[in-house]
This record gives sequence, C-alpha cells and structure tokens, in this order.
Amino acid sequence: MRYLLTEEQKMIVDICRQIVKDRIIPVRAEMDEKGIFPWEIIKEIGKSDLFRLFIPEEYEGMSTGIFEVCLATEELSRGDLSVAASYAASGLGLIPILIAGNEEQKKKYLPQMASGGKLAAFGLTEAEAGSDAGSIRTTASRDGDFYILNGTKQWITNGGEADIYTIFAMTNPEKGVRGASAIIVEKGTDGFEFGKKEDKLGIRASATRELIFTDCRVPKENILGSEGMGFIIAMRTFDQSRPAVGAQAVGVAQAALEEALNYSKVRKQFGAAISSFQAIQHMLADMATNIEAARALVYHAAKVIDSGEKNVTRLSSMSKIFASDMAMKVTTDAIQIFGGYGFMKEYPVEKMMRDAKITQIYEGTNQILRNVVALDMIKRGVL
Amino acid sequence: MIEIKIAVCIKQVPGTTEIKIDPQTNTLIREGIENIINPFDAYAIEEGVRIRERFSSGEVEVIALTMGPPQSREILKEAISVGVDSAILLSDRAFAGADTWATSTTLAKAINKIGDCRLIILGKQTLDGDTGQVGPELAQRLGIPFIGYASSILEINRNKMKVKRLMEDRYETFEINLPAAISVVKDINTPRVPSLRGKMKAKSVEIPVWDAKQLEADEDEVGLSGSYTQVVKIFTPKIKHEIKMIEGSPGEQVEQLYKELKELNVI
Ligand SMILES: Cc1cc2nc3c(=O)[nH]c(=O)nc-3n(C[C@H](O)[C@H](O)[C@H](O)COP(=O)(O)OP(=O)(O)OC[C@H]3O[C@@H](n4cnc5c(N)ncnc54)[C@H](O)[C@@H]3O)c2cc1C
Ligand SMILES: Cc1cc2nc3c(=O)[nH]c(=O)nc-3n(C[C@H](O)[C@H](O)[C@H](O)COP(=O)(O)OP(=O)(O)OC[C@H]3O[C@@H](n4cnc5c(N)ncnc54)[C@H](O)[C@@H]3O)c2cc1C
Repeated sequence: MRYLLTEEQKMIVDICRQIVKDRIIPVRAEMDEKGIFPWEIIKEIGKSDLFRLFIPEEYEGMSTGIFEVCLATEELSRGDLSVAASYAASGLGLIPILIAGNEEQKKKYLPQMASGGKLAAFGLTEAEAGSDAGSIRTTASRDGDFYILNGTKQWITNGGEADIYTIFAMTNPEKGVRGASAIIVEKGTDGFEFGKKEDKLGIRASATRELIFTDCRVPKENILGSEGMGFIIAMRTFDQSRPAVGAQAVGVAQAALEEALNYSKVRKQFGAAISSFQAIQHMLADMATNIEAARALVYHAAKVIDSGEKNVTRLSSMSKIFASDMAMKVTTDAIQIFGGYGFMKEYPVEKMMRDAKITQIYEGTNQILRNVVALDMIKRGVL
Repeated sequence: MIEIKIAVCIKQVPGTTEIKIDPQTNTLIREGIENIINPFDAYAIEEGVRIRERFSSGEVEVIALTMGPPQSREILKEAISVGVDSAILLSDRAFAGADTWATSTTLAKAINKIGDCRLIILGKQTLDGDTGQVGPELAQRLGIPFIGYASSILEINRNKMKVKRLMEDRYETFEINLPAAISVVKDINTPRVPSLRGKMKAKSVEIPVWDAKQLEADEDEVGLSGSYTQVVKIFTPKIKHEIKMIEGSPGEQVEQLYKELKELNVI
C-alpha cells in the first residue's frame, strides 16, 4: 500500500521496485546459496542516487529524512534482505559522521558515500561485548598526532567491502562507558586487517566479518566529536537507525505475504484452491494486518525523528521490536501456507524466514530494546 | 567545452509483442496499450550516457530525440531520468504517416539543426516497424559512415572511434572517422535504472518541440507525402494446422508415423 507519498517519495519507491525486479530477484537465490556480496546491485543502487538520500545537499546528498531511507530500505528488503542490510549498514556507519563529524570530516567522507562509490560500516560489537557494548576492549591510545588501535571487532556488516569504518574503541578504559570514543578508520590503513568471514543462517550475501587492529595508527583528526563521546554517539546513531531495521522487517514480511497469497490461489487440495479455506484466509488476513500495523509504526517513528524531536529512543526501539517480531511470525506463517513446498529451497519463502531472523537480533536485540523502552517509560512516564 | 555531442534517436512503440492491426484501416490498434521506449533504443541511450561517463564532466553532451506524436514526450522524459542531458521532440501533423525514408529525412534535418553532432546512436531496429532502415538512411542523408549492430565501443575521441560489431557468425572491428552513426544491439550494455535526481529533472524539464517549420522542411518531404512507401495492407497470415491422430499399439503407431513422414518427404 502506498500511503500519502509525495512525488519524490513515489519516485524512490519506483526506482527501488525496478532494481528489485530487474537486478535483485533474478540473482538472489544464487547469492544466498554462495554467499556472494552483491556489489553489482550496490553499484546500481549508488547510480540511482539512493545513497544520497539522507546526506545533506552540501555534501552531494539530497537532504531527505529518515522516512525516505526507510521507504528505500523497505522496498529493497522486498527483494533481498542481504542487499537492504548492506545498504542500511552503510548508513549506520555514516550517521555518526553526520551526528558528530566536523566540517572537514564531513567534506572528506560524505561525498564519497553519497555517490555510492564507497560503503561505510559500523564497528561496535566484540566477542565479549554484544548487548553489553560498554565492555568493549578495543583500545585507542593517543600517541602524538595519532591514535593507536588494538583489538578485534566481530560480526561487522560490510566488513572487508566497506572503505570507511566508524570504530568504537576505549580511549580511556578506566572510565568504562565514558571512556569510549568513535574513530574513523579507512580500509588500507596499516595494522587494520580483516579476519574471518562468517557463514550464516540468513542474509548470507551480506558480509559479516572480523576487523582486526594491531598497532593500527590513525590520525588524531579522525576522532568524531571528542574523546569519551563514543557511547553517546553510538546511542544517538541507533536512535536514528532502528526504524530502518523495522523497515527491513516490513519489507521482507511483505514479500513473504505476496508469495503466500499467490501460492494459496494456485495450490489445489481437496479439489479447491487452498485460499478458499478459512484457516488459510485468516492467516493471510492476520499477516496483512500485522504488516500494516508495523509499517505504520515504522513510518511514524521515522517521521517523528525527521520532525526534529529529541527524545526518540523509545519510539525508535518500539518500531524495531514490533516490526521484527512481526516479520518472524509472518515469514514463518508464509512457509506454513506453502506447506512442505515452503520448506524447500525451490521457493523463496524459506530464505525470507532465515533472513527475517536477524532483524530481531542486530542493532540491539529485542530483549535489550524492551529494557530500553521500559526504562524510558519508568523514567519519563507513559507520555 | 563540449568536445563530443551525441544524438540518440529513440522511438515510442507499443509495449507489447502482440501488435494488433485494425483490419478496416490497416493501422496499429494503439488503444489500451502502454507505450514504451523501443527496447533497443534503451541500449542506445545507455551507451550515450556511458560514453559521457568516460570523459570529464562537460566534455560530452547527450541529446535524445524522437519524431512522434505529442505523447512521445514521455519517452524523452524517461531518457532524461536515466541520464541524457536534454531532449527534443519532433512533432507536427505534417510528420504523420512517415515511412522510413521520411522519418530519416526529418531526423536528418533535426540533427543538422542541432549542429556538430559527432555521433548518432540508434537502436538496431524497432519492435513495431521492425525495418532497421532508419539508421542507414539517416547516415546516408547526412553523408556520414554507418556501422550497424555495434556491440562495443572500444575507443572514442572527437575525431575517431573504434567500434566492434556483432555479425551472425563473427565480430568485426572498425576504426571510423567521426561524425558517424551507429546502431546498437543488446550485447553492448545493460541499461541502468533511473536515478532519483534524473527523475526529478525529468519531471520539471521543458522539452522543446520542433515542427516542420522550425526544421525548414517542405510539406512534401516529410510525413505521408514525403514517403515513398505506404502500407496498403497488414495482415496476419493464416497458418493451417492439421492434426491427425494415429491409432494402434505403440509399435504400429511408430510404423505408421514413419510411413507417413516418408511419404511427405520429411525424412
Ligand atoms: C549478521 C550480523 C550482523 C551484525 N552486524 C553488526 C555491525 O555491523 N556492527 C556491530 O557493531 N555489530 C553487529 N552485529 C552484532 C549484533 O549487534 C549483536 O549480535 C547484538 O547486539 C547481540 O549481541 P550478542 O550477539 O553478543 O548477544 P548477547 O549479548 O550475548 O545476548 C545473548 C542473549 O541474551 C539476551 N540478553 C543479553 N543481555 C540481556 C539483558 N540485560 N536482559 C535481557 N536479555 C539479555 C539477548 O537478548 C540475547 O537473547 C551483527 C550481528 C549479526 C549476527
Ligand atoms: C510494415 C509497417 C507498418 C507500419 N505501420 C505504421 C502504423 O500503423 N502507424 C504509424 O504511425 N507508423 C507505421 N509505420 C511507420 C513508420 O514507417 C516507421 O515506424 C518509422 O519510419 C520507423 O521505421 P522503423 O520503425 O522500421 O524503424 P527502424 O528502422 O527499425 O529503427 C531503427 C532505429 O531508428 C530510430 N528511429 C526509428 N524511428 C524513429 C523515430 N520516429 N524517431 C527517432 N528515432 C527513430 C531508432 O533508434 C530505432 O531503433 C509502419 C512501418 C512499417 C514498415
């Protein structure tokens, strides 16, 4: 369904749909099976200006809001969540620069990303620091005009493929959470290498990789904001990025519903299309209803963020929780409607279910986000 | 400074392979059929834009043109959304009913009016007219070389280009002087998806319309009166299918089939 979209927003949707139809759907099964990073598609997305959306015009962007990013992400996710995740993860690496970067940093990095020529990545998680991100051990110690990075990041989306990495490291480990800083590290810097590439359940075509820093010297100008601001930057980034994870969930769920609806009309049992059975009809109706509800929440969260509202953590987290739980349910039900065929790789719904799972995990697990929502509510009331 | 000006000729065609002909008037039934850019012409557009991308910005200009009714403005807008710099619509009641000769006359006049086009790119043929004549005729009228079925542009500068073309059983590579005209095949590239900035430009862009007067074309040079050929009748040939069922055991069926095919001189 197309809600009250402006001309420009409809154009974004149309462009994405064409990319999905012509470029993504024909290759997604093979990309998934072989774990091929979708560079060709990413380049096409770049040429069509989609990386420009959220970047201000003065840095060769198009100055749209998060809402437009969500529209694009949702549509790309209808085609393939790996592609959408790679697209969105680049945004995740870029938002810290938008939030905390100075003029030189913005001038240097944003135009390269706007044109789609270079991808970004966001490096927070470590083996021992997942939900408990405050316990990261990667360090960045100051040495004259440089920071020296040591440590290993784990499961970083776009790892190895991206050129620009926003890395969270301890500049002052004694201070704990207040001792973390965000630093831009470019691919090719001495002492920065890529480790294991993960073999995954879903979003298999996206790159999930280790980043290894060994006495990696990074110019001190690369710090975002000031020392100790790392955690605040990370949290403010998530505030803005989480609706796009919700949009990924809405997109993949919508794709699963479309597949299930079409299949239910052609599959005959007991002499009738299975779509004539009320049990199937109700499942389809619930899937559609839940998708609409999630979409409304995601769009609302995005629009509230775009309005300039400061306290968006709760709403942003809610949109991600609700949409991702919905997507897991809807993609599972889609397989149910397909029956045994849905379990087979010949049909796309099993992949959609495998892909959907990640939306409940990354950018804060849904358990952590429920903590966030509850704590915010206890502190500020229901509102 | 513009080093190389490229004109891309595109045509609007019905977006279907099942073209229906009105048996009364012998013309195409266009109602209810969505119009699209002739598929081969999308490759011509893309190649023009790709040539521009080989050069620094401002060195190459790509202009799309079409001769057609007012609604063919839409395909020019589409061309802008995928990167051509500007577009011109050649439209006039006097152009109606043109055969390939009158079409190429009109296109040649427009290209001369634009001035200093170093390269003209066309599609291999159209989905509807399907003659593949417009390209060679246009080149002949302009007095420039023509290479059909180009599958790759290896090198290009203002004065020369090296182009590879696809023949039925071989590839051929030519070095030709510019200006020249080429027609392209699908192997040459993969047309891109429109860009957001392109679509926004296409929405607001003013597309100039050139009529017969602006092209300084005499009425009897263009359209129906400038055409040497006229379509008298178009019809779908009736193909008779005869089906004969052969009965008997599988062995007998094979035997009978063999006998009948032999009689028909098929085997
Ligand atoms: C494919 C993929 C891509 C990723 N991409 C990136 C990336 O680009 N950048 C990046 O920095 N990270 C990335 N991550 C990491 C991701 O953000 C973490 O996996 C996530 O934050 C959870 O951390 P964890 O896996 O260590 O789980 P854990 O923190 O070990 O959690 C295990 C379980 O315990 C629960 N749990 C933990 N603490 C609590 C609590 N206090 N209360 C209730 N329940 C709790 C969790 O919800 C979960 O169910 C990626 C992960 C994956 C799988
Ligand atoms: C059998 C037949 C039936 C026809 N029926 C009709 C009809 O019912 N109604 C009608 O209006 N016309 C009709 N025509 C029209 C007309 O004569 C041709 O369509 C026109 O001259 C172009 O020829 P083509 O389509 O064969 O182009 P081709 O020579 O196959 O085209 C080669 C390339 O030339 C370029 N080109 C062709 N036409 C144009 C154009 N108009 N503007 C810009 N570039 C162009 C494109 O790059 C194209 O890829 C018919 C033609 C034929 C041969």
